Amino acid sequence: MARPEFLSLKDAIAAHVRDGDTIAMEGFTHLIPFAAGHEIIRQKRKELTLIRMTPDIIYDQLIGMGCASKLVFSWTGNPGVGSLHRMRDAYENAWPCPLTIEEHSHAAMANAYAAGAANLPFAVFRGYRGAELAKVNPNIRSVTCPFTGEELAAVPALRPDVAIVHAPVADREGNVLIEGIVGVNKEVVLAATRTAIVTVEEIVDSLRGAVNPNACVLPGWTIKAIVHVPGGAHPSFVHGRYDRDNAWYKAWDAIARERDSFLAWMDENVLRSGPEAFARHAGARA
Amino acid sequence: MTPATSAETMVVVAARALSSDDICFVGIGQPSAACNLARLTGAPDITLIYESGTIATEPDVLPLSIGDGELCNTALTTVSVSEMFRYWLQGGRVTKGFLGGAQIDRFANLNTTVIGPYDKPKTRLPGGGGAPEIATDCGEIYIIMKQSPRSFVDKVDFVTSLGHGRGGEDRARLGVTTKGPTLVVTDLCVMKPDPGTKELTVTALLPGATREAVEKATGWPVKFAGRVEEIPPPTDTELTTLRDLYARTAAAHGDGA
Repeated sequence: MARPEFLSLKDAIAAHVRDGDTIAMEGFTHLIPFAAGHEIIRQKRKELTLIRMTPDIIYDQLIGMGCASKLVFSWTGNPGVGSLHRMRDAYENAWPCPLTIEEHSHAAMANAYAAGAANLPFAVFRGYRGAELAKVNPNIRSVTCPFTGEELAAVPALRPDVAIVHAPVADREGNVLIEGIVGVNKEVVLAATRTAIVTVEEIVDSLRGAVNPNACVLPGWTIKAIVHVPGGAHPSFVHGRYDRDNAWYKAWDAIARERDSFLAWMDENVLRSGPEAFARHAGARA
Repeated sequence: MTPATSAETMVVVAARALSSDDICFVGIGQPSAACNLARLTGAPDITLIYESGTIATEPDVLPLSIGDGELCNTALTTVSVSEMFRYWLQGGRVTKGFLGGAQIDRFANLNTTVIGPYDKPKTRLPGGGGAPEIATDCGEIYIIMKQSPRSFVDKVDFVTSLGHGRGGEDRARLGVTTKGPTLVVTDLCVMKPDPGTKELTVTALLPGATREAVEKATGWPVKFAGRVEEIPPPTDTELTTLRDLYARTAAAHGDGA
């Protein structure tokens, strides 16, 4: 049985993320893989297509550092705070490089990940009725139900080359437990065509028998690389371990508003830093 | 106690519209404030659902994001986001959706996508998120928005989520069987769609608000119902509960720390 490799973050990104890849880093507010995003920035990946339901600060950072050429999303912003300034600067002013967008609704993307996981070519759902996104996104189409004649929305399945998620626990066989707001983390790992990378808070001996029978566990053979990065979701959070750093999210607004302050922050906290810097957030309940 | 601000009264009036029988899909911001105030006052058994998958959640502080840990920690159960949109929202299990927006028109179509042309935005907004399907899958829709000529516009720049389309039976023509927007609460008034034309009509004024103020804050020639009610001001209990909720939230989010 294939098992994932336990790698350093640097080696995992170097081995599995290539220029031009389509990458989905998921985590619905919860479990956002910030440390992994920072490593992609340090390794200066280019021309990435970034998929994510809710592009959060992590995609603001990747876009502002010139790693991305396309964004596929359904809601973009700093939740409860305001705009993603770096994303808007790239989209509206092509700084630091041009960014194209493909925009959906949450229902569309959630269905499209599930279709990808189910190895279907497209997702079908009752959606976009009377909504103008269908007019501006050629990937929003319709199908007719062969049984009832009802017209339903259709979007292509999401099949990223690489899925990256954060999780609380892996065991020594590489099995991964996801709990709390699970988002689309299971779907995105199973929808990935080439690689799934999981960063984790903790590595335990065995999950077998240690969790309830219906727990959300991804078997190790669905994952290529496991990386131990305590605190690696900060300023996002890990259920039962550390809380969302809402004050940090509010502070980001001023940092990202101007190009200079953004670049200075990234230089100090990302380019001249490493995954070990996240450890101070692990277990720090607010 | 200092008198209620119009923003506070707006949230109180929206909260009064909810009942313990409601299963409510909650948007972030003012909808979330109104829904949780309802739970803490007149609708103690209301079921609140957030799109992060949290069902029957009872947050002690308002979430900053749609997926704060507080929502999961206090929920009856948390399901995946795929399941949330497929089984629960599309499955028709939600009686009310509570939304806000940047722009609304006379038929309660909402825009949260873009100001200006889509391809050349004057202001790029966050986008639809869950709203396009919330607007058509929930039994009915309540909307809460601060009123101004910039937000209550003759024509929205982009229809992110369907209200009553161009009025009349437009929803039915699109195959939509749910009621759509039935209530709009602003910081000046309450509007409801006319039963026939579906055009938003002012049915009540908030304390201190005047017809002239409503007309000035609306980007179309707004209509008033034959009888316009005066809404009673927030009670001490409503206002104290709301202010306590805001104070707990500010402390939890590190404001003023």
